[in-house]
Amino acid sequence: TPIHRPPARRPHFDKILIANRGEIACRVIRTARKLGIKTVAVYSEVDQDALHVRLADEAYCIGPAQSSESYLNIDKIIDVCRRSGAQAVHPGYGFLSENSTFAKRLDEEGIVFIGPPASAIVSMGSKSESKHIMISAGVPCVPGYHGSNQDPEFLYEQAKHIGFPVLIKAIHGGGGKGMRTVTEDTKDAFLEGLSSAKREALKGFGNDIVLIEKYIERPRHVEVQVFADTLGNVVSLWERDCSVQRRNQKIIEEAPAPGLTPELRQELGAKAVAAARAVSYVGAGTVEFIFDNDTQDFFFMEMNTRLQVEHPVTEMITGLDLVEWQLEVAAGNALPLEQSSIPMIGHAFEARIYAENPRNQFLPDSGQLLYLSTPPPTHTFAPTYSSGEDIQPSLRIEQGFEQGAQIGVFYDPMIAKVVTHGRDRTEALRVLRKALEQYHVVGLSTNVEFLKTLAGNQAFIDRELETGFIKKHHDELFPPIKPSTDETYALAALYIILQNVPKLDGTPWTTLGAKRFSGDVEERIITLQEDSIEAEPVAVAVKYAGLDQFDITVKGRTFTGVSASLVSPTSLRARLGDAFMNVTAVSQKPSAMVPASAAHNTMEKIHMFVDGEKTTLVVPSPKWLLSLGEDVLKAGAKGALRAPMPSLVVEVKVKVGDRVEKGQAVVILESMKTETVMRADAAGVVKAVGCKNGEMVEEGRELVDVELEASE
Amino acid sequence: IPILRRAVRRDVARLSRGYHDSVIPNLVSTSSPEFIAKADAMAALIEDLRTKTAKARLGGGSKAAEKMKSKGKCLPRERLRLLLDNSTPFLELSPLAAYEVYGDQSIPGAGLITGIGRISGRECMVIVNDATVKGGSYYPLTVKKQLRAQEIAREHGLPCVYIVESGGAALPYQANVFPDKEHFGRIFYNMAQMSALGIPQIASIHGISVAGGAYVPAMADENIIVQNQGRIFLAGPPLVKAATGEDVDDETLGGGMMHSSESGVTDHLARDDEHAISLTRSVVADLGRAGWRPALPPQQSESPLYPASELGGIVGTDVRQGFDMRDVISRIVDGSKLREFKKEYGPTIITGYAHIHGYEVGIVANNGILFSPSALKTTHFIQSCSQRKIPLLFLVNVTGYMVGSKAERGGIAKDGAKMVRAVACADVPKLTVVVGGSFGAGNYGMSGRAYSPRFLWMWPNSKVSVMGGSQLSQVMASVSKDPTQHSSLKDEIEEQSTALYSTARLWDDGIIEPTATRDVVGLGLALASRQSGGRSTTWDGNNLGYGVFRM
Repeated sequence: TPIHRPPARRPHFDKILIANRGEIACRVIRTARKLGIKTVAVYSEVDQDALHVRLADEAYCIGPAQSSESYLNIDKIIDVCRRSGAQAVHPGYGFLSENSTFAKRLDEEGIVFIGPPASAIVSMGSKSESKHIMISAGVPCVPGYHGSNQDPEFLYEQAKHIGFPVLIKAIHGGGGKGMRTVTEDTKDAFLEGLSSAKREALKGFGNDIVLIEKYIERPRHVEVQVFADTLGNVVSLWERDCSVQRRNQKIIEEAPAPGLTPELRQELGAKAVAAARAVSYVGAGTVEFIFDNDTQDFFFMEMNTRLQVEHPVTEMITGLDLVEWQLEVAAGNALPLEQSSIPMIGHAFEARIYAENPRNQFLPDSGQLLYLSTPPPTHTFAPTYSSGEDIQPSLRIEQGFEQGAQIGVFYDPMIAKVVTHGRDRTEALRVLRKALEQYHVVGLSTNVEFLKTLAGNQAFIDRELETGFIKKHHDELFPPIKPSTDETYALAALYIILQNVPKLDGTPWTTLGAKRFSGDVEERIITLQEDSIEAEPVAVAVKYAGLDQFDITVKGRTFTGVSASLVSPTSLRARLGDAFMNVTAVSQKPSAMVPASAAHNTMEKIHMFVDGEKTTLVVPSPKWLLSLGEDVLKAGAKGALRAPMPSLVVEVKVKVGDRVEKGQAVVILESMKTETVMRADAAGVVKAVGCKNGEMVEEGRELVDVELEASE
Repeated sequence: IPILRRAVRRDVARLSRGYHDSVIPNLVSTSSPEFIAKADAMAALIEDLRTKTAKARLGGGSKAAEKMKSKGKCLPRERLRLLLDNSTPFLELSPLAAYEVYGDQSIPGAGLITGIGRISGRECMVIVNDATVKGGSYYPLTVKKQLRAQEIAREHGLPCVYIVESGGAALPYQANVFPDKEHFGRIFYNMAQMSALGIPQIASIHGISVAGGAYVPAMADENIIVQNQGRIFLAGPPLVKAATGEDVDDETLGGGMMHSSESGVTDHLARDDEHAISLTRSVVADLGRAGWRPALPPQQSESPLYPASELGGIVGTDVRQGFDMRDVISRIVDGSKLREFKKEYGPTIITGYAHIHGYEVGIVANNGILFSPSALKTTHFIQSCSQRKIPLLFLVNVTGYMVGSKAERGGIAKDGAKMVRAVACADVPKLTVVVGGSFGAGNYGMSGRAYSPRFLWMWPNSKVSVMGGSQLSQVMASVSKDPTQHSSLKDEIEEQSTALYSTARLWDDGIIEPTATRDVVGLGLALASRQSGGRSTTWDGNNLGYGVFRM
C-alpha cells in the first residue's frame, strides 16, 4: 500500500516540553536539538541539577520530589507549557505517558500530546476491552475464560475447550499465589488444582474468583514496534525479543527476535498493524505478544501506547530515529517510509543498567553515583545505512545521569541503557559484553556484573530464550562469589599507598620517596578484608623498593619489584610480575556523620575493576576509631531514633510530650519501596520531633528523641 | 608578576648554566685492578655497617619487643613509621650512637631514635624513646643524642615531636647525665627556648614518663597521652611510698585520664598508640605558621652524569691512597657540573659552585696537602659564599696543613688561620662530609665538629684524629722513654680514629654510605634553605618572651 501524504509538508514545532526525567528526557532533547526544536524541561526539587535540566533550553521546577506532586502533576505541567510557549508535550515513558486524562487535558488546552489519541489509550488500557477489540480484528489472543461463572463443572468444560495444559489464576492474586497449572487432562486433576487455587486466593486476598487460560510452558515475550500517522498509514518496524525478565521487568532486549521465519515475522507484523488499526492508533506503539516456543503460536497480550524503554534496538536495526518519527507524526505529517522500504539490518541488543542487587532478589538499591565511567560510545543516534556499506559494530549509551547523581530514592532505579549493534547476533553480543566490562559504577549495587554473566551465558548465546530464563538458569547466572585474588589485594593496597603519596614539590622531601639510609627499608602494612560480614582481615605488607617500586606480600606470597603509578585519581597502572595492568579503583569513604562501628558501611571501601571484574575490599577501621564510635553510639542510643538510610517520612505517629512504651511505633519511613517502622527503644516521653510527614530525611537524621524514664 | 619575573630569571640562569665547560669529565677506569680492589674493600665496610645498623635498629632485641607487643603497644620504630608521611624520606641521625661504648651493656642507638622526617606535610625533628633498650632510660650518650637533635631542630626551625616512653636518667650514670651544662636539664632548657623562638614542641606519651622525663610532656606546647598506658609522674609509686607513705598505683598517680581530666598536664587522651600518633599528626597539621618555612630549590634537580656506585672504587678504604676529589664531586652534584673557582691556583683544594637536588652550594673539597695558596683561595671562596648566602659543603680528605721550614717561613700558620677564621665565621650554613681522612688542623679548616656545621656525616672508611696513627706513634717514640708501649698505642689511636668510634660518641651525625651522599646532602641543603620568620636563633635577652606555659 502506497503511503498517504498530506498535500503539503507541515513544519515541526518550535518548542516542545518533555514531561519526564532521566535518560528518556535526555533522549528526546537530543532529537529535538538535532531538528532545531527548542526544549523545555520540567523537574522536581531534587532534580534541579539533573542532566535533563541542563540539556534543555529552559527548565521549570514543578514541585517536590514525590512524583504525585511533580512529574504526575498535570496542572503544573500545563501551566509550564503556557508560560514557556511549548506547543507540544512529549511524555516519554512511565509517568503520564499512558494517562488518557492528561492527553485529553492537553487537547482541551490546544497543546499537542506527542502520542496516541486519548481514546486509543483508554481502549488499550483495559485488559478486557483490548482483548475484545483484538479478537474482533482477527488478532489471536490467549484462549481463556474470564467470566463470572465459577461453577467447577463449567470451568472444567472451559478448560477442556481451551485445551490442556491450563492455568488457573485468581483475579486478585499475585506473586504466584492463587495460581495453579494443570497439565493432566482429567477432571480430578483439574478440580484439585481449582480448589487449592481458590482456597489459597480466599486466604490470601479474600476473593476466590479465578480465570482459566491456556498455559504456555515455554513462552517468549515478542513485541512488535508499530507506527501510525494521522492519515491512516500504519507500519511495523519489526519485532523485539524481551523474554529475559526479572520481577516482571525486562533487563535485556534484542531485535530482531532470533529464530523467526520470514513468514512468521510477516504475520506478526501484519497482526500488530491490524491491532493498531483497530483502535485508530497514532504515533509509536508496541504490540506485545506471548510466543509459544513449542508450537510457534503467538497471542496478543497488550499494547503499550507510548515509546518503549527498549526502542533503541529497533532504531539500531532500522537506522531510524523514532523520536523524530513521533515529532513528524505529531506535526501532522505522514510516516517517512512505507512498509516495503523499512530496513532491517544486523542485530541489536540493549541491556538496562539498574541500581539493584541481583543476588538479593533484584531488590532496588538507592544512593549516589559516586563514580561512573562508561565505554566511549560510537554513536549518539542509530547509524544510518546505505546499501553496500560494511556494517561496523556500534555502541550507544543512553544515559540520564552523571557521576554524583542520586539514584532510585524517589524514581525508577534505572541508571542507563547500553545499546549495541553488529552485523549479526554474535557480534552485537560480543560488543555488549565488552561494553559492560567497561561500564564502571561505584556507590550503589548495580546489575552490571549480572548482565555480564547473562550476556556470556551459553544458553543465552544459543538463543534458548524464554521468560523463565533466569529461573531456569539460576545456578549458572549466580555462580558462587569468588574470593578476591592475591593480586587484587596487592593492587588495592598499592592504590591506598599511592593515593597518599605527597604531591611532588621539587624538594628532595618528596622527590626521594620513602628513602631510608644505611640499609633500612620503609614498609607499610595495609589491612583489607572482603566485603562480607564473616570476612577476616588480611594484612598486606608493602615495602618500598625504590621510586614507584614495591615488594608486596599477601598471605605469604610476595610480588617483587611491582612498579605502579596513579594515572588519575581513579586509575592505577601497575606491573605485577610480567603483566601490565590498567585498573580502575575508587575509594568510597564512609559518611562522616556515621560513627565508626563493625558495620562495613562505616568503613572505607576500595572498589576495583580488574580485567572487567568488579571487586570490593573494605579497609577495617582501626581499633581506636571503633572505640570512639562505640562511645558515640552509646551516647546517642539513649532514646534518640535516627534514620538508618535516606528515606521518606510516611508518618510521624507522635508529638512532643507524648508518652511512648517500649517497642511503640514512632515513625514510619519508606525507602527503596519498603516501609520501615521505627520503634521506641524504651518507655519515655517524646522530647523532640525532628521530621515531618512527607519529608525526605538523610541517613543519620534524628527523627524523634525520647526522654527515657529513670528506670535504669 | 614578581613570581613570573622570578621564574624567567630562573630560566635564564638555567640556560646559561647549561653551558658544558663546567661538566667534570669522567676519567675513572672501572676495570683497573686498583679500582676493583678499592671497590671490594669499600663494599666490605658497607656490608659491615649495614649489619651493625640493622642490629641497632632492633633496639633491645626480640624479647623486649615481644614484651612490649604483648602489652598491646607498638614498637618504637612502628610508632615512627605511623608518624611519618607516606612515601617521604627519613633522615635518621646517629643510628650507631653508643655502639660498644658502655662495655657489657649494649645500648643500641643510645636508646633513642632521632631524625628529620615529614609529618602532615611539614619537616619535623622526631625524637623517639626506645623503651626496648633499658626501658628507654637516659645514658650520657642518650642525653647527648637528644641535645644534638634539639640543636639541629633549633638551627633549622624544625618543630620537635617527642614520642615518649622513658624511665628517666640511668641512675648508675647520674653523675654523667644530670649535673652539667650539656646534661639532662639542658633538654628542657632547649624546649623552653625553642618554644619561645616559635618552634613548636609536641609530645606524645606512650608509656612511663617519670621524674626528669615527666618534664618532656610538661614542657611541651601540646601533648597527647595514651590512656591506661602513658604515665606521667615526678616520682613513681615506690618513691611516693618511701617519701610520704602514700599507697597509690601507677594509673591513679599519673594515668592518662587523671592528667587529662584533673591535673591538666596532658591535652589529648588517646585510646591506643595508633590513636596517639594519629592525634600527633593532627596537632602538627595545626601548627599554623609556627616554625621556619622551607624554601623551594632555585632550579630543578638533575641527576649526576656518572653513577654513585663507583664512589667506593674511586675512594677505597686506605686513607693514604690518593684519588681525585673531582671524581667524587661529579657523582654527587647536579649534572656533574662544577663551576670551579681559581682552579689553577692552590690546586690542592677544589672550590666551586654547584647544585645538589636543585639547591645552590659552594663546594670546598680537598685534593692534597693544604699549602698557603690553598688556604688563601679557600678563604676568598668562603667569603664569596657568605656574601652570596650560598651554603657550603666541605668534602673532607685532609692530612693537614703543610709542615716544614719552607711552609713555616711562608706563613702557613697565619694563612691556615685565615681559612679557619673564615670557616668559623662564615655567615651561611655549612655541611661537612668526611670522605677520607680528617686530621690535625685540617679538621678545623675543613669545618670539623667544633666549627658547628649544620650536619657532619662520615663515610664508613673515613678517619678523624689529631694525626695519622703511624705518625703519632713515631712522634710518641721520639718523646717517650718506653718504646714497648708504642705498638699498643698505635692500635689504640687507629681504633679511636675510625668512623665507628666517632659515630658511637656523637662526634658526627651518622655514618652514611657513599652512594647516599647526594641525597643526604640534598636533604641537608633543603633544611639549610629554611627561612626563619625573622626571629634570631641566638638567645640574647631581646624580649622574645617565654614560649608556652603549661597551665
